[in-house]
Amino acid sequence: MDVLTLRGISKTFGAVAALTGIDLDVAAGQVVAVVGDNGAGKSTLVKILSGVHPPDSGTITFEGNEVEIPTPAAAHKLGIATVFQDLALCENLNVIQNLFLGQEIRPLRLNDVAMETRSWELLRQLSAKIPSVRVPVAALSGGQRQTVAIARSLLGDPKIIILDEPTAALGVAQTAEVLNLVERLRENGLGVIMISHNMADVKAVADTVAVLRLGRNNGVFDVSEVTTEDIIAAITGATDNAVSRRAQKGTPS
Amino acid sequence: MSTLTTDRQDERLQNRDGLRGALADVIERARGGDLGVIPVVVGLVVIWTVLQVLNPIFLSSANLVNLTLESAAVGIIALGIVCVLLVGQIDLSVGSVSGLSGAVLAVLFVGEGLPVWLAVAASVVMGAVIGWVYGQLFNRFGVPSFVITLAGLLAFLGLQLYVLGTKGSINLPFDSGLVNFAQLDFVPAWLSYTFAVIAAVWLFDSGYLHARERRRAGLSARGVSTLALRSVALLAVLAFVVWYLGQTRGVGWMFVFFVALVLIMHYLLSRTKWGRAVYAVGGNVEAARRAGINVKAIYTSVFVLCSTFAAVGGILAAARLAAANQSSGSGDVNLNAIAAAVIGGTSLFGGRGTAFGALLGIIVIQSISSGLTLLNLDSSIRFVVTGAVLLLAVIVDSVSRRSRTSHGRA
Repeated sequence: MDVLTLRGISKTFGAVAALTGIDLDVAAGQVVAVVGDNGAGKSTLVKILSGVHPPDSGTITFEGNEVEIPTPAAAHKLGIATVFQDLALCENLNVIQNLFLGQEIRPLRLNDVAMETRSWELLRQLSAKIPSVRVPVAALSGGQRQTVAIARSLLGDPKIIILDEPTAALGVAQTAEVLNLVERLRENGLGVIMISHNMADVKAVADTVAVLRLGRNNGVFDVSEVTTEDIIAAITGATDNAVSRRAQKGTPS
Repeated sequence: MSTLTTDRQDERLQNRDGLRGALADVIERARGGDLGVIPVVVGLVVIWTVLQVLNPIFLSSANLVNLTLESAAVGIIALGIVCVLLVGQIDLSVGSVSGLSGAVLAVLFVGEGLPVWLAVAASVVMGAVIGWVYGQLFNRFGVPSFVITLAGLLAFLGLQLYVLGTKGSINLPFDSGLVNFAQLDFVPAWLSYTFAVIAAVWLFDSGYLHARERRRAGLSARGVSTLALRSVALLAVLAFVVWYLGQTRGVGWMFVFFVALVLIMHYLLSRTKWGRAVYAVGGNVEAARRAGINVKAIYTSVFVLCSTFAAVGGILAAARLAAANQSSGSGDVNLNAIAAAVIGGTSLFGGRGTAFGALLGIIVIQSISSGLTLLNLDSSIRFVVTGAVLLLAVIVDSVSRRSRTSHGRA
């Protein structure tokens, strides 16, 4: 049963059609990698799902109900958490304040002890190497910031987690940790949408790969039955002619 | 150390405990450009020394009592400016709004004969409405707050002149509670000392409970000796202030009211969800929006607070003068309020500053003003000096911001 279903999602910015008729299905306990070249519309798709931009047309079905996601708060409420590529952290706030931003414990008399304890739990869960949670985020390295951002997305017990280029800025060990984490999310029955440029990561953790090209769907593949070359061909548009499509049909890989 | 608390387990952390550790932390933070209140305190010491040398009356009890009373009205306005600056916006119209508020109060109270509380309430509500309109204009049309409030500055000055009519000045009766409050009401000595003791006990108590809660949760916490020393230091400072001001008239209720507002704002900014949202919006609007914070509501709330504080400040200024006239809230009120906020360490770039900054900043500004008045210097020189101090404060802000960026503390 699919948790999240997109049908015919379109979005234009001025004269530019960023997305045209996008379909996407995400089931519980499934990792869907969304891949595509620069400008393929991956980030726009993320922004639509997280309520930053409303789509121009198309339907979003979440847990069987057709929903609208007009604001980030609505996305939170539904249970769609997003880790943005630019991480969206406040550099002047410390790690705890960033983790709990917008969902502080005890709004009228902040419970910083509970928040600090929970922060350490979350960070330990991610095996995060962050020396202190009371330092401003500005003092952290890129990888540490990524960890903070991922930890934050887990706070609201989401059903769907969207990771936008989660490993792009990470070291070898932290990349492995994040991939482990993605698998743990899947085991916990969450749907994960992972935007990535890194084919090794995609092949390592994703169940299905959805390819976007120039704002359109360009194929959905089962990771176990597809080669990196096929995915790259779909990304770059080498399958964009009838001959190669026929050739692919004729010789299943 | 036997066992490490949850937050101290990383081997890269320098664990500092006790008083020496606290001091080392402060020094390191200052080096990294996180100056906190250090520049203000240093500046205040320098200014007081110079003015005292130039005129021995300056640090006299009588003059300092006056200084506290003069600080309250503009200080409250500066408190509102701190909030607006925290979200990275500005309100240039606080002077006009305070003048208009004083005029409306005088017209309703003296002219229309309404009860004083009703006139005060009407003025405060008017301030809130002005802030709400600013918020709507800002959110709906995306006009920079700089321009909106510049328009407000002119428009409300005009409205103030219109409200005051041809006479141009309305006196408030001396026997009204309001004028009494601003000019003659002083806290009795015993009550002042009681306040000082309450503050010190409360500081220790809340610190102790917090430390105990942290220890129970397995986190590091301040030791009892540090907490006790902090409270004793606060008690000593407050008791000295009360004693010294008590040599003449003592601590004015109006100043107590101002300090109470500072404490309330400090609580709201540092201990509530709303306060966090204010800092977040000032630090990174996009991040705040994506975290589900209603950014527009935060902007509106801050503009409303600022105008409301401006109206309250205007009422107190009128009460202090026992009159509302055409020059109420004009001249340097606007810039003094903004300068006080900035001198108090509130960053013009947003996301950085505290409510206490307004208190410290306004004392610096009023010291300069009072000292130069005592020297019989023309207001022209006062403007130049205040302007120079403001420029200095902004330079300190910019330089420390650059230093923070390079030390990873932005």
